[in-house]
Amino acid sequence: MMRHPHVWMGLLLWSIFSQANAAWTVNMAPGATEISHAVFDLHMTIFWICVVIGVIVFGAMFWSMMVHRRSTGQVAAKFHESTTVEILWTVVPFLILVAMAVPATATLIKMYDTSEPDIDIQITGYQWKWHYKYLGQDVEFFSNLATPAEQIHNKEAKGEHYLLEVDKPLVLPTGAKVRFLVTSADVIHSWWVPAFAVKRDAIPGFVNEAWTRVDKPGLYRGQCAELCGKDHGFMPIVVEVKEKADYEKWLAERKAEAAQLKELTSKEWTLDELKERGDKVYHTTCVACHQAEGQGLPPMFPALKGSKIATGPIKDHLSIVFHGKPGTAMAAFGKQLSEVDIAAVVTYERNAWGNNKGDMVTPKEVLELKQAESK
Amino acid sequence: MSAVIDDHGHADHAHGPAKGLMRWVLTTNHKDIGTLYLWFAFSMFLLGGTFAMVIRAELFQPGLQIVEPAFFNQMTTMHGLVMVFGAVMPAFVGLANWMIPLMIGAPDMALPRMNNFSFWLLPAAFLILVSTLFTPGGGPNFGWTFYAPLSTTYAPESVTFFIFAIHLMGISSIMGAINVVATILNLRAPGMTLMKMPLFVWTWLITAFLLIAVMPVLAGCVTMMLMDIHFGTSFFSAAGGGDPVLFQHVFWFFGHPEVYIMILPAFGAVSSIIPTFSRKPLFGYTSMVYATASIAFLSFIVWAHHMFVVGIPLVGELFFMYATLLIAVPTGVKVFNWASTMWQGSLTFETPMLFAVAFVILFSIGGFSGLMLAIAPADFQYQDTYFVVAHFHYVLVPGAIFGIFASTYYWLPKWTGHMYDETLGKLHFWLSFVGMNLTFFPMHFVGLAGMPRRIPDYNLQFADFNMVSSIGAFMFGATQIFFLFIVIKTIRGGAPAPAKPWDGAEGLEWSVPSPAPYHTFTTPPEVK
Repeated sequence: MMRHPHVWMGLLLWSIFSQANAAWTVNMAPGATEISHAVFDLHMTIFWICVVIGVIVFGAMFWSMMVHRRSTGQVAAKFHESTTVEILWTVVPFLILVAMAVPATATLIKMYDTSEPDIDIQITGYQWKWHYKYLGQDVEFFSNLATPAEQIHNKEAKGEHYLLEVDKPLVLPTGAKVRFLVTSADVIHSWWVPAFAVKRDAIPGFVNEAWTRVDKPGLYRGQCAELCGKDHGFMPIVVEVKEKADYEKWLAERKAEAAQLKELTSKEWTLDELKERGDKVYHTTCVACHQAEGQGLPPMFPALKGSKIATGPIKDHLSIVFHGKPGTAMAAFGKQLSEVDIAAVVTYERNAWGNNKGDMVTPKEVLELKQAESK
Repeated sequence: MSAVIDDHGHADHAHGPAKGLMRWVLTTNHKDIGTLYLWFAFSMFLLGGTFAMVIRAELFQPGLQIVEPAFFNQMTTMHGLVMVFGAVMPAFVGLANWMIPLMIGAPDMALPRMNNFSFWLLPAAFLILVSTLFTPGGGPNFGWTFYAPLSTTYAPESVTFFIFAIHLMGISSIMGAINVVATILNLRAPGMTLMKMPLFVWTWLITAFLLIAVMPVLAGCVTMMLMDIHFGTSFFSAAGGGDPVLFQHVFWFFGHPEVYIMILPAFGAVSSIIPTFSRKPLFGYTSMVYATASIAFLSFIVWAHHMFVVGIPLVGELFFMYATLLIAVPTGVKVFNWASTMWQGSLTFETPMLFAVAFVILFSIGGFSGLMLAIAPADFQYQDTYFVVAHFHYVLVPGAIFGIFASTYYWLPKWTGHMYDETLGKLHFWLSFVGMNLTFFPMHFVGLAGMPRRIPDYNLQFADFNMVSSIGAFMFGATQIFFLFIVIKTIRGGAPAPAKPWDGAEGLEWSVPSPAPYHTFTTPPEVK
């Protein structure tokens, strides 16, 4: 699918200088926070310093290349050293660097000041999604890529926010100092929202801190910035900043949802209900590795269709979903998914793609397992 | 350099090379081994370039067209590994083998048998590395920086072969480096004091010490990975009490000197080429030597600038920012010295000079973006974006690679006894120059606009510049096949080269006939 079937190089180069087309952005955006503006200013300062030095040095070189040519009858001079100029061009750049280091240090100290936050949010990187937990609020959820696979495989037209859209964005209130506690459940990821100038590696076993304060409501988009495996390019970040009142309302709704989910666990489920719910869970959580028809991508990601696990004893099947498989990419979903979703997805896997086992796990059984584990 | 050469008493009764294939397998001749290194490096350059073409083809448009993400990651990883360890480093060792003995008036390298072994380890290492692409689960897919735990717990099974290949490359590099040091310190012709050595010899001496210092660190790093993967240790696994960040410290303690290993010899070569075609002695020889040594020293204390977003403490962050900024000072001195060498010279622009001048200008652009990256707060925005990709390709392609091209054209008459075709050489330069800038300059823009590196697919806002980059990359790639043609044409024929084909050239290598006889300086020349 050609986006620009009639590309001409001249036109391309001309367009670089036209501001009309947003796709030809050549610079960093100043962003939405005080810190991001400070960073942008540093970026522009050092950029202009480089431009000035470049113009002087390259200017002298081009002058030489034009004027001091043998073809113009130039006879080479004999000079080949001067301690004075050597000292001069050691000291002057050094002073420029010191001048540059001062504002950079000041900004860095501000960026590192994570004290006295209004809100704490724990961000956990997973292959290949983000988990957000509002500490002390009993609200947590995963944020997955929302771009349909059809767009990625060029079967549908791509949307404006292609690969930069998620099912559930992180929601923040305006004006509050938000501290992010960034970690990872598997490999190293990096949580990056350019508009906030926040980029922090999510490292298993470490909790990194960063903070932001956004004054303008809106949607801010970013991406994982550290190679984290197959779908590194497919784990975007979307932050929705709401007015304080709207944020409170949203938070209350999420709490109510969490309470509702607890009720669902105690509900009596039929196999069909679980299968239906499991279908959805599978296609958001498992599909990246085990694929749409359960065929997997062997040998890294085994098939579930007709597999020993998915057609064997149900306890072992539940256990592997719950605990993961150490030393492989199979994560422990016991803490990632709700009891209902674990029960649903295990039931679905045993009854999809011709795995007609006809048995089921109930949310209550998963809850019992969870409680037994936490003792 | 004001060396006066006493060239009577040359041994021209020396025996020639052995016949047939075994000449190349068993050779201990520095010229043969240099040739082997250079051909090996060029073949790896084409292979690594092929991987780059796959990457650029996939990134030509948004969406997945050519390869799946899992294979894309193998391509980015292998491209980096093959270019760094297979193309750039062996090419410089090849140049060192050919030129250092000729430049210092030595009959050969100091340790010829080890020289042979250090070359022949390389094809074995790369055979192992490249073969992993055909194993189930695929080859290394964790980036050329292979951060744990992606490269340990989560790695494909082929990672063990990758580790073994890295070990072989490391052994080869260390032996090559020891050989260079032994040669330079022991085999200089009488009168060739250290401060009379051509800068290429100086920069290689310093490079060799860097190699000896850091290749064992890389070996330690991959050995810890091997232990983690197969023997139940937890050096890099937080779950076992280890530390994934330790990996990055160890890797970059190797990795930062490594980037200077890939550029210092080019500095040296360019410091011979610019004076030759300016017909004027190098400006500030002494300060060039000290600047190189300073860069080498500083390269050991800046490694964590690759890790500004890893979460190192504020004080550490500040230290590494200041230390990194300092590198701009000696690097600036070098650039100023090159510019002053050209100033009021009598310039001509043969192909080596074109590549050398482009080297100075474009490498400086890479230096400027390096200076920007050194500003830690700004690095929070640049880190792991295409801005970084643009930066290090600007120092490596017009830096290391153009340095190698410049050297090749400069010394090709000495190696082959023929002049290369100047028109074709200039065409190669201009196509490379345009292709390279078209490929890498737009990467600054998409990086600043927010495109992360190592992704197989991207948002539509990055589409136009990516297409420009891909077109530039195809152009640059195709041009290098043309370079192969030029070199082969020169080997097969062309105007006979005199002993000193460049009227402004200085140095012992121009005192021997072209092509250089199989054995040179069996009686050392006298340098006054």
